[in-house]
Amino acid sequence: MSDTAITVDNLSKSYLVGHRAARNQSYTALRDVIGREVRNFARKTADFIGGRPIVQGDTVEEFWALKDVSFEVKQGEILGIVGRNGAGKSTMLKVLSRITEPTRGLIRIRGRIGSLLEIGTGFHPEMTGRENIFLNGAILGMTKADISRKFDEIVAFAGVETFLDTPVKRYSSGMYVRLAFAVAAHLDVDILIVDEVLAVGDAEFQRKCLGKLTDAKKSGRTVLFVSHNMSAVRKLCSKAIWLQEGRINGIGCVEECTAKYLAQAPCRTGLASAFQLDQALELRRFELSPNPVSSGSRVRMSLEIAAHQATRIEELAIMFHASSGARVSMVDVRSFGLPVGLRAGQALAVRCAVADVPLTESEYHVGLCIRTDHLVANVPDLITLSVSPRPNAGDHVPYPAADRGFVELDVADKLLAVNSQ
Amino acid sequence: MPELVIEPGGAERRYWEGLWQYRELFKVLAWRDMSVRYKQTVIGIAWALIRPFLTMVVFTVVFGGIARLPSDGSAPYALMVFAGLLPWAFFSAALADASGSLVSNANLISKVYFPRLIVPTASVIVAFVDFLISFAILAAMMAWYRFMPGPQLLLLPVFIVIAFLASLGPALWLTALNVKYRDFRYVIPFVVQLGLYVSPVGFSSSIIPEQWRLIYSLNPMVGVIEGFRWCILGDQSRIYLPGIPLGIGITALFLWLGITQFRKMEKSFADLI
Repeated sequence: MSDTAITVDNLSKSYLVGHRAARNQSYTALRDVIGREVRNFARKTADFIGGRPIVQGDTVEEFWALKDVSFEVKQGEILGIVGRNGAGKSTMLKVLSRITEPTRGLIRIRGRIGSLLEIGTGFHPEMTGRENIFLNGAILGMTKADISRKFDEIVAFAGVETFLDTPVKRYSSGMYVRLAFAVAAHLDVDILIVDEVLAVGDAEFQRKCLGKLTDAKKSGRTVLFVSHNMSAVRKLCSKAIWLQEGRINGIGCVEECTAKYLAQAPCRTGLASAFQLDQALELRRFELSPNPVSSGSRVRMSLEIAAHQATRIEELAIMFHASSGARVSMVDVRSFGLPVGLRAGQALAVRCAVADVPLTESEYHVGLCIRTDHLVANVPDLITLSVSPRPNAGDHVPYPAADRGFVELDVADKLLAVNSQ
Repeated sequence: MPELVIEPGGAERRYWEGLWQYRELFKVLAWRDMSVRYKQTVIGIAWALIRPFLTMVVFTVVFGGIARLPSDGSAPYALMVFAGLLPWAFFSAALADASGSLVSNANLISKVYFPRLIVPTASVIVAFVDFLISFAILAAMMAWYRFMPGPQLLLLPVFIVIAFLASLGPALWLTALNVKYRDFRYVIPFVVQLGLYVSPVGFSSSIIPEQWRLIYSLNPMVGVIEGFRWCILGDQSRIYLPGIPLGIGITALFLWLGITQFRKMEKSFADLI
């Protein structure tokens, strides 16, 4: 068919993964350690002689990241790909953009293809904004003439005119992301592959990204779009694929796929159904948005509690727990104006926002604590808030979130001094 | 409209055409590596001159002064050392820079598609530019010793091309192997260091006994270094003629091996890196 942009036929991709044998004995004999190391060494040497890649671990297993995936994308279609982490979405994009080779199957692509698996790929911190525009553009597959023609447009879009000759290591993280996105947004191809670009940056930036994708849609380009943001998928896409454990679990209608995915998702961004607190009270709605939220950016919370009987709500709190179970923080709703009396049929709406979420990137369980005139309830785990890493601001690679604790402190008045005694 | 077919083990019929389409990226990567190279250094590009110069001084003192090894004919020992050091320094820099290039550009390899051959080749080009810069030292030394080269100097570009190809082949092969087996990160500096003493850099190859010279010429850099000395020093340096075709043959073999091995492993780089 002439209007087919991408045909994927029985695509499979496998990886070899190594496992370490369980080592839960209280002590290990030196003999066992030596025996294991010798076996490992023998296996690695055999791999080397046979020209096979080395896999770390005691036992090796084949893992299918994608298994018999077939679909078609028509020209001008915006295909959304949804699924949990590890469902094979990124592997699929990597295979489609030729970064890695499939193990089995066949893909036919008609038209020039460009992929944005990350923005700012290849940016060099020592080079200036101007130089990085050319560098990044060439890496994305633009020609020098292309970049020169669009140069002014890119600079204006990023809003970095005055810093063009400053090394990007001196840029603020916002400027850096804007410049990186501006280059990517001016990539002129027939088929565009986009992975989670919207997961970084502030709300304003995410809006810009969505706007650019909408433009691409209007100009008749084909777009493959992976996202965890279901509302973006619903808004943009004309077709969706739901991947689960490397297989297609649903294909076609966007509403249906995203709804099924959300119902399945263990990372609950909202309540699947109303939650009965007791016979008098029902939690109808409880959500945080955006979810996932980028660390340091704004998150809104809203919930609605409906009363079947007259109830007086004395206390209410939104609680945040780490996955370890430790209490991280709470929002005390008493300060909003509690206590409040509800008549049967009335509902209490609570809304608030935290301007800059100080949490480090991780998943937090969000629950409620409530005391009424006839109920004390503590529901620690209703929904999950995923906090994604904030764009890297400094020259340092941040320590892992597990090492940094729960809270990102806003440190001011920094001083480093060497004093003699 | 161009159609692209992706399948496992798919032979890319238009591999070289694809490489040509990415010539812009090739230029940009080489330019990036060059301009970043001496950023935040005090003397900048002078490093490209100082390092080979100091090596030459040390070799002249150790081999010419202390060990009293003979030079080629009546040519100054320092000049003979430098004529050999030029291609060797390029070869060792190309090997060291290229072999680490893919691993240090891992973020590019795992996020964007382009013919992977570009990255190590751009590193070899960067080493090549340093090599051309250090010709300035050669010119200065020739002026200092009032040494006039003969007409055979016109053949030097031929040996420069051979030096380039002799470096590119092993560099590509080692680059691919280094992605798969990081052991090569430790092997390469050792090989380069050993090669410095195995190749006739600090001494003239005329001190090698005649019956061993054919075997000695199996090292592709031997032919290149002898060729450089012959072009620069003229008849002072007796060239070992059977060694030249042998060296070219070995260079061609390594180049073929380097490119085919690299292409074979290229598709799995993103999974291994």
